Amino acid sequence: MRAIVTVIGKDRVGIIAEVCALLAGHQVNVLDISQTVLQEYFTMIMLVDTAACTASFTELRDCLRQAGESQGLDIRVQREDIFNAMHRI
Amino acid sequence: MINSNEILDTIRMIDQQHLDVRTVTMGISLLDCCDADPQRACGKIYDKIVRSARDLVKTGEAIEGEFGIPIVNKRISVTPIALVAGASETEDYVPFAKALDAARAETGVNFIGGFSALVQKGMTPADERLIAAIPQALAETELVCASVNVGSTKAGINMDAVARMGRVIKDTAARTADRGGFGCAKLVVFCNAVEDNPFMAGAFHGVSEADRVINVGVSGPGVVHHALQAVKGAPFDVVAETVKKTAFRVTRMGQLVAQEASRRLGVPFGIVDLSLAPTPAVGDSVARILEEMGLETCGTHGTTAALALLNDAVKKGGVMASSSVGGLSGAFIPVSEDEGMIAAAKSGVLTLDKLEAMTCVCSVGLDMIAVPGDTSAETLSAIIADEAAIGMVNTKTTAVRLIPAPGMDVGDTVEFGGLLGSAPVMPVHRESCAEFIARGGRIPAPMHSLKN
Repeated sequence: MRAIVTVIGKDRVGIIAEVCALLAGHQVNVLDISQTVLQEYFTMIMLVDTAACTASFTELRDCLRQAGESQGLDIRVQREDIFNAMHRI
Repeated sequence: MINSNEILDTIRMIDQQHLDVRTVTMGISLLDCCDADPQRACGKIYDKIVRSARDLVKTGEAIEGEFGIPIVNKRISVTPIALVAGASETEDYVPFAKALDAARAETGVNFIGGFSALVQKGMTPADERLIAAIPQALAETELVCASVNVGSTKAGINMDAVARMGRVIKDTAARTADRGGFGCAKLVVFCNAVEDNPFMAGAFHGVSEADRVINVGVSGPGVVHHALQAVKGAPFDVVAETVKKTAFRVTRMGQLVAQEASRRLGVPFGIVDLSLAPTPAVGDSVARILEEMGLETCGTHGTTAALALLNDAVKKGGVMASSSVGGLSGAFIPVSEDEGMIAAAKSGVLTLDKLEAMTCVCSVGLDMIAVPGDTSAETLSAIIADEAAIGMVNTKTTAVRLIPAPGMDVGDTVEFGGLLGSAPVMPVHRESCAEFIARGGRIPAPMHSLKN
């Protein structure tokens, strides 16, 4: 199952590394990454494959959210389908 | 891969513009729960609802978690109880409402609807008993919703039922006076009620429906409002296009959730209801959309035209996004549940008469409006009759959900809390309509009902 991870927050060193480590720890494979910094605001969007994920989707979501909260980042994971439904015919 | 802006757009809609799925409603037929013994009938009703909807809340929450889209309500609608209870040898239908409430509590859903009767042409003894039980049922249950259909384009308006509903509303308010007449917030009087409506308080599961069905109601006034802010001053063609595009996206999201819920629960997908359902939260208001089109305050001249455009564009945008559209599908204008409507009503610009005009061009009707506590039953009935006439002649659903707030008058505000919001008491005309209501009988169906 493919999902989109979005990370939004104030830019600093090591955000990508930390998020990737967290995903790797759950056996979540990163398929694509795009990242920009706008007015010091860091925005990263990752397309990931959760097929081999060792946790349930909601556990993964909670884990990412908590990790984000402790670092002042907004991290969320949502199934790709919702974006496809809303933006593609 | 979908592009970054689209992803961030969706996240902004959810985070800042209150995009949500308003309700996933499971319709459950109770026709197989009829029993001559009322206790056994109630037992069967409880069992079937609990068995059918045991996983509804859990499934809704799982979908929320995976898609990251809030599903605000999980609800149940059932066969109009008058049709089920009619088989039981009892005069008292309150226990049926209590059985519904117990099943509601057990399944953990937010509301259960269907304590209903369809009496547009005439009343059976069961219909009469159900209507008589409504005030007590609404006072003694927590989250059971009742509705009565008093008219249709095909049948005309049953004025005996209209007269009775005025008294039922008064009685319901009196029995829940300690909560501002809260019981009335759970009671809808319809003309042309639909059988697949997922929204409360008027939801029931029609007899032509399958045994069980999943209906989804979307929302999104905040998203539409935000989209219109980007086209300030543009001609109405542009406004309509913008609303259509937004409604399309919102509905696609609702369709996805509906299909997913249907698949996981093993219950057929019914319809997506394309409604703009506001909440009392700032930024989630239908009134503010109308104001965004260039009106200083909702309720001023131009409001009806603005609402007509909005309602139509929402449907046109949504209809292609869903495989099956139904329910009420249109913009809702519940006064107490819409921050902008509340403000407009408090300022005196938005009046009951203007709201009535607005209901000609949108779904659904005079909704969640508090009127003075001393409003007579006849006046309430006459308001119902007016609204039903609009529905009957225009072949559309109209509804009345009025709260004659006990002990309150114009200038007061009734607080319901939560999604039901707060209702400023609005003035009604004081001139009597008692003789009009006392006539009874039936207002015949309009000429254009004879289509065959």
